[in-house]
Amino acid sequence: MLLEMSHLRKEYPNGKMAVDDFNLEVGRGEFICFIGTSGSGKTTTMRMINRMLHQTSGTIKINGHDIAKMDPVKLRRSIGYVIQNIGLMPHMTIQENIELVPKLLGWSKEKRAQQAHKMIALAQLPDEMLERYPGELSGGQQQRIGVVRALAADQEIILMDEPFGALDPITRESLQDLVKHLQEDLGKTFIFVTHDMDEALSLATRVVIMSQGKQVQVDTPENILRHPANEFVTNLIGEERLIRAQPNILTVSQIMKRHPATIQPEQTLADAIDTMHERRVDTLLVTDQDQKLVGYLDIDDVSRKTDVQTPVKQLMNHEVSYVQAKALIGDSVQRLLKLGVKNIPVVNQEKQLVGIVTRTSLVDIVYDALRGAPATDEQPASPINVDIHAAANHEGSADA
Amino acid sequence: MIHFFTTYGSQLIAKIGQHLYISAIALLLGIIVAVPLGILLTRMKHGANFVITLAGVLQTIPAMALLAIMIPIFGIGSTPAIVALFIYSLLPILRNTYLGMRSVSPAVQDAAKGMGMTWWQAIIQADLPLAAPVIMAGIRLSATYVIAWATLASYIGAGGLGDFIFNGLNLYRSDLILGGSIPVILLALLVDYLLGKVEATVTPRQILR
Ligand SMILES: Nc1ncnc2c1ncn2[C@@H]1O[C@H](COP(=O)(O)OP(=O)(O)O)[C@@H](O)[C@H]1O
Ligand SMILES: [Mg+2]
Repeated sequence: MLLEMSHLRKEYPNGKMAVDDFNLEVGRGEFICFIGTSGSGKTTTMRMINRMLHQTSGTIKINGHDIAKMDPVKLRRSIGYVIQNIGLMPHMTIQENIELVPKLLGWSKEKRAQQAHKMIALAQLPDEMLERYPGELSGGQQQRIGVVRALAADQEIILMDEPFGALDPITRESLQDLVKHLQEDLGKTFIFVTHDMDEALSLATRVVIMSQGKQVQVDTPENILRHPANEFVTNLIGEERLIRAQPNILTVSQIMKRHPATIQPEQTLADAIDTMHERRVDTLLVTDQDQKLVGYLDIDDVSRKTDVQTPVKQLMNHEVSYVQAKALIGDSVQRLLKLGVKNIPVVNQEKQLVGIVTRTSLVDIVYDALRGAPATDEQPASPINVDIHAAANHEGSADA
Repeated sequence: MIHFFTTYGSQLIAKIGQHLYISAIALLLGIIVAVPLGILLTRMKHGANFVITLAGVLQTIPAMALLAIMIPIFGIGSTPAIVALFIYSLLPILRNTYLGMRSVSPAVQDAAKGMGMTWWQAIIQADLPLAAPVIMAGIRLSATYVIAWATLASYIGAGGLGDFIFNGLNLYRSDLILGGSIPVILLALLVDYLLGKVEATVTPRQILR
């Protein structure tokens, strides 16, 4: 394990318990986002990793070595550090800034210069900028330099404390792309503090949600959206964001209607008409004895002259579109809506029929996600509870 | 005027030399003591106010009185004069060093430490260059004070341009008084100008903008 934090506690001299029993194991190449209300202990936790602060108790290990036993100066040179206010040295050129840690490490002048050129290219800034001073650059450019400066000595772990908070949305997005690239393509490990939930959800491989010095939830963005641990997390994520995220976290099985009206191929048209009448539908799904979906029967397709004793298998339509129960709504919605049918059968991996999705319930979800608000007042308070959502569309297969 | 130069020309050069020597040594000692002390004060939790107040109190002792106090300790000559002037030079340098170091942004200090600079490296490579313009301004101010007050050093036998002035006062000779004070003024202006140049060169380009 690259980084192990166990039972970390930090009590400030004034008695403030800023971090209380923090535990986290971080693997190589992970992107960990700390998020939480202001004062929840994110900065304090992060600064214990490079020994800018010393924990009251607990241990931090990097590659199995207890950092408390390392030389703090050496430790800090081996960990990239980007702070909110950028912290470029205003009296040094961009090149001198980038070369700072390599110089502290005693790299040769040539090797340093080579690295500076490489880093400015990585930051996607022109090479000429190396000779400029930080004050001559825009905020976004400065922060780009701040990010690559933290990598200039090939640091494996990069700590970032709300690095993009002060930037405009477009600049922020392009910097997010930069750090994501560094993590995904160069395998860097990030510990990233943010107060922007969108930023956390889009960058993180795992999100650590903190409140009052404690970890409330530690999980992947998907799982956090799918199962917020408690109301605090739900509120932090925000109802709007949860609804927006629905197409990407909800599976078809979560919104489908169970027990659709079915009939077997061997049954007769008379049986089919009875079932349709009973279930008040005009379409039946045809399943074999193994519950596998084999076709459908639409009453409009059956001629009035047909003998009612004709078996269903001779009348049914074999070309039936269906969707997998495990598919994410977001992934299948386009295809389903394009099919233009009112109802789509849902099957499991064995192609057994498990339910049906109505076009209206799909449209509702997509519409809500676009608007960021539930469609009607009947919606449950917690938008995660989607059973009601699906059930609200019971007219689905009955309208003709 | 010409008469003054032909009569006192070589003496004037010698006095200017003495004057500069006393001032320069005093100022140099002041820098050597006050700059590190000022830095140290910014790194201490307590005591900064006390030390700066103390330097301020020393500054308010009348020059004549301070020189007189020096005589029983150091006798007469240039040594007591240098010590007295050194004490005067302390406050502006100390105060400006302290303020200059304090004005360095916490973000820069945090980054310096966080990137792995040692205590010394952070001071030498980050804080001092950024505080340099303010420190230089303090040194400039001290230099002007020291050159002006070095005139009084003649009173305790340290020589310098004050000799002309005191002679002139004793003999009611205005040419001697002017011949002493004008060079003092010119000297102070010249040194201030030169140190101003130094201040400009130590000011980082970014801060000038
Ligand atoms: N030096 C300090 N002394 C005392 N309390 C502090 C100090 N630094 C931070 N705190 C307190 O510790 C808590 C956590 O702070 P911090 O880690 O900065 O939170 P966050 O980064 O999540 O906003 C806050 O309540 C803060 O007021
Ligand atoms: Mg913080």
